[in-house]
Amino acid sequence: MSKIKSAFENGKAFIAFITCGDPDLATTAAAVRAAVDNGADLIELGIPFSDPTAEGPVIQGANLRALKNGITTDKIFDFVRGLRRDVTVPMVFMTYANVVFSYGADRFIHTCKEIGIDGLILPDLPFEEKDEFLPTCRKYGVDLISLIAPTSKNRISMLAKEAEGFLYIVSSLGVTGTRSEIKTDISSIVDLVRQNTDIPSAIGFGISTPEQAKKMADISDGVIVGSAIIKLLERYGKDAPKHIGEYVKSMKDAIG
Amino acid sequence: MIGKKGRFGIHGGQYIPETLMNALIELDEAYSRYKIDPEFNEEFTKLLKEYAGRPSGLYLAQKMTRDLGGARIYLKREDLNHTGSHKINNVLGQALLAKKMGKTRLIAETGAGQHGVATATAAALMGMECVVFMGEEDTLRQALNVYRMRLLGAKVIPVKNGTATLKDAVSEAMREWTNRIDDTHYCLGSVMGPHPFPTMVRDFQAVISKEIKEELMEKEGRLPDAVVACVGGGSNAIGSFYHFIEDETVRLIGCEAAGRGIDTFETAATVNTGRVGIFHGMKSYFCQDEYGQIAPVYSISPGLDYPGVGPEHAHLYDIGRAEYVPVTDDEAVCAFEYLAKTEGIIPAIESAHAIAHGMKLAPTMAKDQIIIITVSGRGDKDCAAIARYRGEDIHE
Repeated sequence: MSKIKSAFENGKAFIAFITCGDPDLATTAAAVRAAVDNGADLIELGIPFSDPTAEGPVIQGANLRALKNGITTDKIFDFVRGLRRDVTVPMVFMTYANVVFSYGADRFIHTCKEIGIDGLILPDLPFEEKDEFLPTCRKYGVDLISLIAPTSKNRISMLAKEAEGFLYIVSSLGVTGTRSEIKTDISSIVDLVRQNTDIPSAIGFGISTPEQAKKMADISDGVIVGSAIIKLLERYGKDAPKHIGEYVKSMKDAIG
Repeated sequence: MIGKKGRFGIHGGQYIPETLMNALIELDEAYSRYKIDPEFNEEFTKLLKEYAGRPSGLYLAQKMTRDLGGARIYLKREDLNHTGSHKINNVLGQALLAKKMGKTRLIAETGAGQHGVATATAAALMGMECVVFMGEEDTLRQALNVYRMRLLGAKVIPVKNGTATLKDAVSEAMREWTNRIDDTHYCLGSVMGPHPFPTMVRDFQAVISKEIKEELMEKEGRLPDAVVACVGGGSNAIGSFYHFIEDETVRLIGCEAAGRGIDTFETAATVNTGRVGIFHGMKSYFCQDEYGQIAPVYSISPGLDYPGVGPEHAHLYDIGRAEYVPVTDDEAVCAFEYLAKTEGIIPAIESAHAIAHGMKLAPTMAKDQIIIITVSGRGDKDCAAIARYRGEDIHE
């Protein structure tokens, strides 16, 4: 059984996204630990990509800063090995198809298994192309996480039926980034998902405040927050982890 | 139907966010329906003829042929199309299709500005809103085209991310499409991106090789020995090659922008220096580092300054049907000047890459052989930049 499921056994799940190497890996490590210590149930680690087409300006910026500082896939693998000495919550990688493909799918996903990465989120790998990596993910027991968008409509049941780990429900059109208002009728999407699968669903894109988080958690199994955390890293740099800890606590408290 | 769509050998596919999947499926279905619809085809053909000025001429470059002393050189004059390049062929097709699909807004990326100008033109013609994304670097080196787009009623958004060139303009146009899908068609300018774009854009550009074949048959009564075209994403090249793919005696040669040379980092020669990857919706060849980070490519030519190549070209290369040769900035600039002085034709700096290779190839061939070189666009837009390259500062 997927280890990811355990992230949803402690009330509504709070999932924190952090880009590896922004501004450096020591800060990333401290940020992950601060998030976990303050209630994060699952950590989504971003492996930077030069051209992250699904990201808004905030996460684009984090990707480019990390790459400029010389971050590589191999350095991130070593970094996760270190984290896994004490961090026990489920962790997944969020990156782009070319990062996995170029490293060699087998080599990449085998390493994920070896270092304790439980799943992969690849925003540019839709259902139609998942055969690219799915057989390898199955071979090593790493969950390939599917996304559902406000435009998925007639595709939702098909996506949900084959989903693994958790379902990442994209709250809004467009790219990642904080939003003042989320207009999509997400509860009807979640209902449809639940008719087709038992795996949990978490909502991401645009969530930054405890009020938004509560609203989204009420209709699903958890929330995913990225840009709001990256903004703290952008603002406070190496001092960000303590602010991230406080922020995660406020969010986890809000969703209960 | 769900399945692997739009594959050329191992290349192609639909590697895009879930948010766009239904839009691509809708586009694919609409295109499949309209491409065999007689009324659509009649309208499209009429636009190509009466608005774009097709067929474009196939011109025997006698002075160039004599001067180079080898194969007879014919130039396919896409530069004579309305808006000054082959881009209008694809844009009229896509804009007409978008209109049939009930879309009211076109977005596009542009490098040299030719595709942006063509899209702005079609939008003006069909009464649609138009937004063009263009790398900030390119807005500076192609200021004339930026003005033309604005004049045509389009909004031009300079893209500052990354290398601020074509690749970043494509990324930003994709981001905008995920943001607004209902009323918006992404009018992609080359044979790249996710299915159905590589196939659809090729079909709209295939008119180039269809005409070449007919025109040459009329003039010479035979097939050419080689067809030469420049390749960025590869739309004019695939258009020039398409109806010759089955004619195996015809050499198909794509000319990539080598920038300062394929042994330097300042190059955009994807097939020559890249490897297989997944980016911008497709599997194909890309310039990238060992970890799959897309390389910041360089060429003097903003239209060829792209780190990838269309998946059908990648496949034609894999199976050995087409050759892809690198042409440096310097060779392209010399060819730009050569064609102006020899034939009185100022080619786009993109097209000058094909001219440069034709100049190398012709003398190695027999006098009774025939080379076709596609002049994909005209070079007015490049005059200021080439003058600067030669150390002369002119003000437009």
